[in-house]
Amino acid sequence: MEAGLPAVQPVATPATERAAGLTGGGARRLRETAIRTLFTLSAVIAVLILVGIFGVLFVQARDAFTGVEGVAQSTITPEQRTLFTDAEFAALPLTPPAPPSLFGDFLGSTIWNPTGNTALYGVGAMVVSTLLVTLSALALAAPLGIAVAAWLAYVARPRAREIIKPVIEVLAAIPSVVIGFIGIVVLGPWIARVAGVNSGLTAANGALLLAVMALPTIVSITEDALTAVPRDYVQASLALGADRWQTLVRVVLPAASSGVIAALMLGMGRAIGETMTVLMACGNATAMPGSLFDPVRTLTATIAIELGETEVGSRHFHALFAVGLVLFCLTFAVNVVSDVYIHRSSRGRA
Amino acid sequence: MSGGAAPTTRERFGFAALGVCAGLLVLLVVALVGYVVSGGWHVLSWQFLTQPPTNGMRDGGIWPAIFGTIVLMALTSLSATPLGVACAIYLVEYAREGWFVRLIRLSIRNLSGVPSVVYGLFGVGLFVNGLGFGPSLLASGLTLGLLTLPWTITASEEALRRVPRSYRDGALALGATPWEAIWTNVLPAALPGVLTGIILGLARAAGETAPILFTGVTFSRPDMPASLLDTYMALPYHLYILSTQHQDIVAVRPVAFATATVLLGLVLLVNGSAAIVRARVRARQLE
Repeated sequence: MEAGLPAVQPVATPATERAAGLTGGGARRLRETAIRTLFTLSAVIAVLILVGIFGVLFVQARDAFTGVEGVAQSTITPEQRTLFTDAEFAALPLTPPAPPSLFGDFLGSTIWNPTGNTALYGVGAMVVSTLLVTLSALALAAPLGIAVAAWLAYVARPRAREIIKPVIEVLAAIPSVVIGFIGIVVLGPWIARVAGVNSGLTAANGALLLAVMALPTIVSITEDALTAVPRDYVQASLALGADRWQTLVRVVLPAASSGVIAALMLGMGRAIGETMTVLMACGNATAMPGSLFDPVRTLTATIAIELGETEVGSRHFHALFAVGLVLFCLTFAVNVVSDVYIHRSSRGRA
Repeated sequence: MSGGAAPTTRERFGFAALGVCAGLLVLLVVALVGYVVSGGWHVLSWQFLTQPPTNGMRDGGIWPAIFGTIVLMALTSLSATPLGVACAIYLVEYAREGWFVRLIRLSIRNLSGVPSVVYGLFGVGLFVNGLGFGPSLLASGLTLGLLTLPWTITASEEALRRVPRSYRDGALALGATPWEAIWTNVLPAALPGVLTGIILGLARAAGETAPILFTGVTFSRPDMPASLLDTYMALPYHLYILSTQHQDIVAVRPVAFATATVLLGLVLLVNGSAAIVRARVRARQLE
């Protein structure tokens, strides 16, 4: 599977347009129009799906911040009252807790405890954990990925490329749950021994695994960017007396920098959205992490762990959609930035 | 970059370092795959592949999970292929550049970046609860279909663009309508490329876990799913449970290794067949 969707330049088809008018026959023309409409509609569906995903997340997430939930003296009807003893009734709060606020209690707080006596829905620690794991993974994967891409684009002989390209495809194909399994059985125990911590299921474990998983994306897009640098640049640099290493580091890489940044952002987008690996390898503690060797729970892992255990329609259920919305916005932003850089790199060359 | 002056020392060391990085990557992948396979190989047997689990997953096989994953792959490609190919046909054969096409392309690119767990949430909101399918094969298959849609579109689009313009013009000159030209000339020529994209989507569907977590997968059921509205077992979820949630994780570790081996084998097999289709097409085009 190729990493990232390349922008494909369209083939203009004026001939097909003209022919549609030339061919006579009412029924035939009607059929053409119907078919054309059908295809257009199917393309519209692609847009509708993206809008629909946002819409479903938004509608479900909104209910986390409205309405009344929980038993309180004020919500109990006279019929229900008979089910409580006086002591039990007196122990209930007078009014149900106010719904969490979007900026104060959700985005602005770091404590996530929806099942506690006082339910708390702070998403801060999860966002920090997600960024900690993702940025660490990127810091590990970027040098290695760029190095391998540079080797593929400038050094490798065709035979060597034929070996390494399928290897990268195999890496891209390994399911994330298998990578997470490796994190549990190999990497976790190793980290525990090396770092001297009780359990190796930490942010560092997830970062190492995500770095491996981000490599195929980073390598393939960086390689495309490097090979797209005009040969004139290389020839000019060599003609001025630079050796090939200087040419690669000082001419080719800077010329391809937009593409390289796009590759890193795409790799980061993948890493932010990755679920099973971090769920299995990171230890899943909801507290704010102090270091890479603390267990952490990311946005994705929280949804994966808790959605199955919540009652459909409860505030907790809706709050998990709100977490999903944060995740959606985060990856959307990263992808848009990468898109901008991809366009910049292709326009600079046109 | 060939010829010219003899390589400098700096160049030789620098390029050697890049080569070491590439070698490291190969070693890493070989180690990953080798470790899983060597841990699971000795548990694999005909019984393991064809029997249901017994004794709390400690013995028996994983057939229901294999079955669930295969049905899921079929549903995924059934739901993603018609829509994906139709969308690609529109983009290549009918669309004219403009804001509308830009909007569609932007949507497709962004869809490919939406995290898989978010597709899972969408599946819960729309298919499980909204349309009332409940947790089921159908809800999971449709969710995975949406997940693989952008990849199907992109692969089909590339395949259609590789068909030479003359294929269309020839049919049109003989009086065919645009659709007749597409149906008789363009699609047959693009079919192998489209097929490659579909197969790669299958591999992705087989390995995904997050989108099926809440849309219908279950750890254990006594019988096989009888209809598309039943819950089911699947290989990736089976591996997840065996390695994190089982009450006796140490005892089922060999089974977990073997499940990982089967899953990895299945995914690589499907990917490999896509590669073979692609290689055949390339070879034929060179003739």
